[in-house]
Amino acid sequence: METTRKLIRKQSLEKLYKLLSETRKIYAPVIAADKQVEYKYNPAFSDITFDHIRSTLSAKNVVFPKVENLFTFTNSKTESTINDIDLNKIPEVILWGAHPCDNAAFDILRSIFCWDITDEFFSKRLEKLVVIGLSCHQSDDYCFCTSVGLAPESSKGSDILLSRLQNGDYHAQILTEKGNSILNMAGELFEPVSAEKELITEVKGKFSHEQVTEKLKTAFENPFWVENSLRCIGCGACAYVCPTCACFDIQDETKGKNGKRYRSWDSCGFGLFTLHTSGHNPREVQSQRWRQRIMHKFSYMPERNESLGCVGCGRCSSGCPVDMNIAEQLEALQKI
Amino acid sequence: MSDNIYKPYLMEIDNVIEETPDVRTFRLKFKNAEDAEKFTFKAGQFGEYSVFGEGESTFCVASSPTRKGYIECTFRKAGRVTNALANLEAGDTVGFRGPYGNTFPIEEWEGKNLLYIAGGIALPPMRCVIWNTIDLREKYKDITIVYGARTVSDLVYKHELKEWEERPDIRLVTTVDPGGQTPDWKGEIGFVPMVLEKLAPSSENTIAILCGPPVMIKFTMPVLKKLGFQDKDIYTTLENRMKCGFGKCGRCNVGKVFVCKDGPVFSYEQILSLPEEY
Repeated sequence: METTRKLIRKQSLEKLYKLLSETRKIYAPVIAADKQVEYKYNPAFSDITFDHIRSTLSAKNVVFPKVENLFTFTNSKTESTINDIDLNKIPEVILWGAHPCDNAAFDILRSIFCWDITDEFFSKRLEKLVVIGLSCHQSDDYCFCTSVGLAPESSKGSDILLSRLQNGDYHAQILTEKGNSILNMAGELFEPVSAEKELITEVKGKFSHEQVTEKLKTAFENPFWVENSLRCIGCGACAYVCPTCACFDIQDETKGKNGKRYRSWDSCGFGLFTLHTSGHNPREVQSQRWRQRIMHKFSYMPERNESLGCVGCGRCSSGCPVDMNIAEQLEALQKI
Repeated sequence: MSDNIYKPYLMEIDNVIEETPDVRTFRLKFKNAEDAEKFTFKAGQFGEYSVFGEGESTFCVASSPTRKGYIECTFRKAGRVTNALANLEAGDTVGFRGPYGNTFPIEEWEGKNLLYIAGGIALPPMRCVIWNTIDLREKYKDITIVYGARTVSDLVYKHELKEWEERPDIRLVTTVDPGGQTPDWKGEIGFVPMVLEKLAPSSENTIAILCGPPVMIKFTMPVLKKLGFQDKDIYTTLENRMKCGFGKCGRCNVGKVFVCKDGPVFSYEQILSLPEEY
């Protein structure tokens, strides 16, 4: 679809939000009581932040919930009956004000959940999702989207992309049919574009992802992994805050006769992740698990999923309790 | 048809065999006739077996696709799910998802000799392909099975070992570790690699299929190489921990390879190209 460019006034945004929230759930970033930025369903418009650099968790929860029931069941003495989840009941959701890195992550998640056989839990959620993205007018040292082929104003993954103008209004790029349907529904709120300057931050390049991928082909046995992971405490925070990490666990829980089988986010940084019942562990030390994380995102995924497993949001570095900075590490890796 | 790829078939335990004090074999039948009708699988594939409320566990299908109407699985009581499974009886319900993974290339093996080498609880992942090729006996030349366990009581499928032993068209060699024999034990005494070396089967036009604990594989490989087997003519299975079984959950990866999609069956030539994360 050819991109349509429009202007939307600051005061019209609230009208648009109200109009959309009449028929759909909206998932948007708000500043929580502890000053952390978090996504919430249907927040009041006045609570939504348009000025955050990054939310603590990414927006991936909207298509890949932290915990998701796969089905429920009822046990009797010898019988078990399964109550299936009705995937058609997955609601339409609008992701509002998410930054380009988070929006670019949806295609990456799709490359994991929909290669070979399709995971309908994920794909139905993505199908029902409309993304109104927001270009970045601020960034910090943790940001490295430009090192992984993206930019503060990348439109990838957005149906409509908003970019703030100097006077506080927004330019809106309508990029897809889904975006177009919003334009058609609220046409009176969109005006012709203005000459006002778009505020887009600058994110400096830190490494070349092509070079990193090339280097990783021969780096498996390099002492780099041990040297650079000694301080890793295996807490898994990097995976939980990551917009593209998709590894999950499956567990059962019961209460009396009734139970559920659910999946929940997991992390390759945990020792238990690969532990066999026999006690054997294919990745028994933290350096092997750190190597897996980097290899998976920058070597295995480009080859198997035809997509890089990183969008450069910087959350894994900003959220790391021992300050392991992935961009710095990849910069160093390039030079080994 | 449900779109839910995580929803298992409901299976009824038709029969339980106590193979050893801690190993059981279940024969499972589909509760829904339509599921039974549509279900097909091939030798080497695996599934996720579950006790509702305890979780899922991964094992191969241990019966042959040539035996219709049921599947069998053999497992050792080791963790939460296998202990819960072991507490079940005939008539109880379990869940099964599958079949997943690749298969033994038995069509490519037609016209060749087959040498099966298994240790301990690793006979079950091989039993499916063993029976599959025995049931198509005329397509293969000599079939030799070398099976070892720590003690006589650790040998699984005892009733079938007897059947294989009695068949003139199969050569079966069983062995137990020194000290694991009973007074009436008539098989070999010694570790699998040594028994194999003594047996010295020809590598000419022969495929070797090897499953066992890592230490057995480690010492058997040099023997096979000495006998002249090429890496591409040796097959084994990898058994990494899994959750989903179809390449999403990120757990079984060995380098860029998904054991659940690209395996569990690998030639030794493929294994050598993988990082040692299995």
